[in-house]
Amino acid sequence: MAFSEVFAQSLANKSRTLRAFESLLEPSSKAGLQELARHSAALTRRHFGKTMRLFAPLYLSNECINSCAYCGFSRENAIQRVTLEVDQVEKEARHLVAEGFRNILLVAGEHPKFVSGEYLAQCILRLRTFVPGISVEVAPMETDGYRPLVDAGAEGLVVYQETYHRETYRAMHLHGPKKDFDWRLDTAERGDMAGFRRIGIGALFGLWNWREEALALAAHLEHLQRVCWQSQITVSMPRLRPAAGEFEPRHPLPDREFIQLLCALRVTFPTVGIVVSTRESQALRDIVAPLGVTMMSAGSHTEPGGYTGQGREALHLTVRGKPVIGSGGTAATEQFAISDERDAKTMGRTLARMGLEPVWKDWDAGILVDA
Amino acid sequence: MNGPLIIAGREFSSRLLLGTGKFSSNETMRDALEASGAQIVTVALRRADLSGRKDPFANILDFVDAKKYLVLPNTSGARNAEEAVRLARLAAAAGLPMWVKLEIHPDPQYLLPDPVETLEAARVLVKEGFTVLPYINADPVLARRLQDVGTATVMPLGSPIGSNRGIETRAQIEILIRQATVPVVVDAGIGAPSHAAEAIELGADAVLVNTAIAAAEDPLRMARAFRRTVEAAREAVEAGLATRLDHASATSPLGTFLDTL
Repeated sequence: MAFSEVFAQSLANKSRTLRAFESLLEPSSKAGLQELARHSAALTRRHFGKTMRLFAPLYLSNECINSCAYCGFSRENAIQRVTLEVDQVEKEARHLVAEGFRNILLVAGEHPKFVSGEYLAQCILRLRTFVPGISVEVAPMETDGYRPLVDAGAEGLVVYQETYHRETYRAMHLHGPKKDFDWRLDTAERGDMAGFRRIGIGALFGLWNWREEALALAAHLEHLQRVCWQSQITVSMPRLRPAAGEFEPRHPLPDREFIQLLCALRVTFPTVGIVVSTRESQALRDIVAPLGVTMMSAGSHTEPGGYTGQGREALHLTVRGKPVIGSGGTAATEQFAISDERDAKTMGRTLARMGLEPVWKDWDAGILVDA
Repeated sequence: MNGPLIIAGREFSSRLLLGTGKFSSNETMRDALEASGAQIVTVALRRADLSGRKDPFANILDFVDAKKYLVLPNTSGARNAEEAVRLARLAAAAGLPMWVKLEIHPDPQYLLPDPVETLEAARVLVKEGFTVLPYINADPVLARRLQDVGTATVMPLGSPIGSNRGIETRAQIEILIRQATVPVVVDAGIGAPSHAAEAIELGADAVLVNTAIAAAEDPLRMARAFRRTVEAAREAVEAGLATRLDHASATSPLGTFLDTL
């Protein structure tokens, strides 16, 4: 059963798990929050050990046909865009591998012409020989569209709903295929059917009331754990960051509540992976790393070619979706500004000082495909 | 001196097997292995470098001295028989021993083993010459089926991996031990030395511990505590544990009557 069919009902008639989660989100004293954090940290150590998985995003393209009010890649924004050639993707990936990463997330905007399924499969095939773990965060596809990516060697799929609040979703997604709320909502299940083994979901906090957003996210998690029972589910709660378009978050999630949410997710879903990216500050990442996080990025760039300057010659400005001839700049525009700028090595050392082993490789594509 | 544990004709003086996940560093893991006295150490293949490139970012095997320990590759990460078999072959091709801890747990929430896929993979791997140590639920019939296809041990769980809940499957494990023709290694859920002692006193031939040691505040001391407890429990078994009585043995009316005859 697809989540879109039970979503409303799961919030109207909450399960025991959801009610317990809801109570953990209530305003809490400092002592209460510290107690929650201790519980969260203990559960994390028990299920994931004293370890932290590391990954890096690799942006393939910032071309996009969607108009999303909060996103730097929005079609409305006049920014420097490019789609990397497969050779250039390989150069970026080799740089990340040299840094230590063995788990790479391929990210792209939605643009069927530039970022086709075939292009993505080619990128994955090229990387597979030297990157043990490859995930994708690209425009939602049909199950049959995902299968070639799984066959090529991708093991993870990341898709955030952005907001689970229908009206806000409608207001934020003005044009383009992303407007379809339910289609996006069922993407994780389509990915699971296609054979992805890790499914990452999340909400972009700042668009809507954080407690309601969190409850819907938890309902989604609960559903996926039941239906996609062979997939490792991960969850992320990115907060809006400054980006082209100058969108201002209307419902900020403050640091204290961010920590509360993270720990409440851990306590409610002890075996779900929790991802915190470089959107968050160094100070906050260091605080939450031992509390419940299981996966972190480091040294990230959120623009195509960001690591090695690939694709510079093909840069072009687009204005309302139209490329402007002879307008190439020196670098592609990023999706959002990152906050924690520490590189992989520094992050690895920091984690080790906290008593957490940085785990670079925890997957081997050899499990899936004969070498 | 306790009698040896014999698996597939090979003798081990330690009855404590260790897992290598969840440690705060490879160095801590190495020291804990040393302190535990373990001779069989299992390593998740998905975390190791199998390409032969000596990857410094996937060098867990460099910290498990193959001269000192039997490195027991495990198939954690595999969701079905086909994947587990492929992993075992990869390990063998990478020069690891032809021993495999067969783990197929498709559900990442509780990591409970899949009996159907495990039996299927065991059949294939035994035929290919692997020494197979399968991780299973505490199911006595499955254990017999695995013995029949030629596995070297059976490894029933005490409770789910990482749960630290001890021997919750006690009644099933008792049956399994009574019926086993191969060594029984209780794996998973052992959260305290007392749980390990309980398994050994029940008659298990060995125990496998990971989370309880790796996630302890002081893994080295915890490893030592497990070592001593397992040795003591085994010694007690060999010394002849008193049978548990389910009732008091006060003089009965029958006894009194019989005395008068």
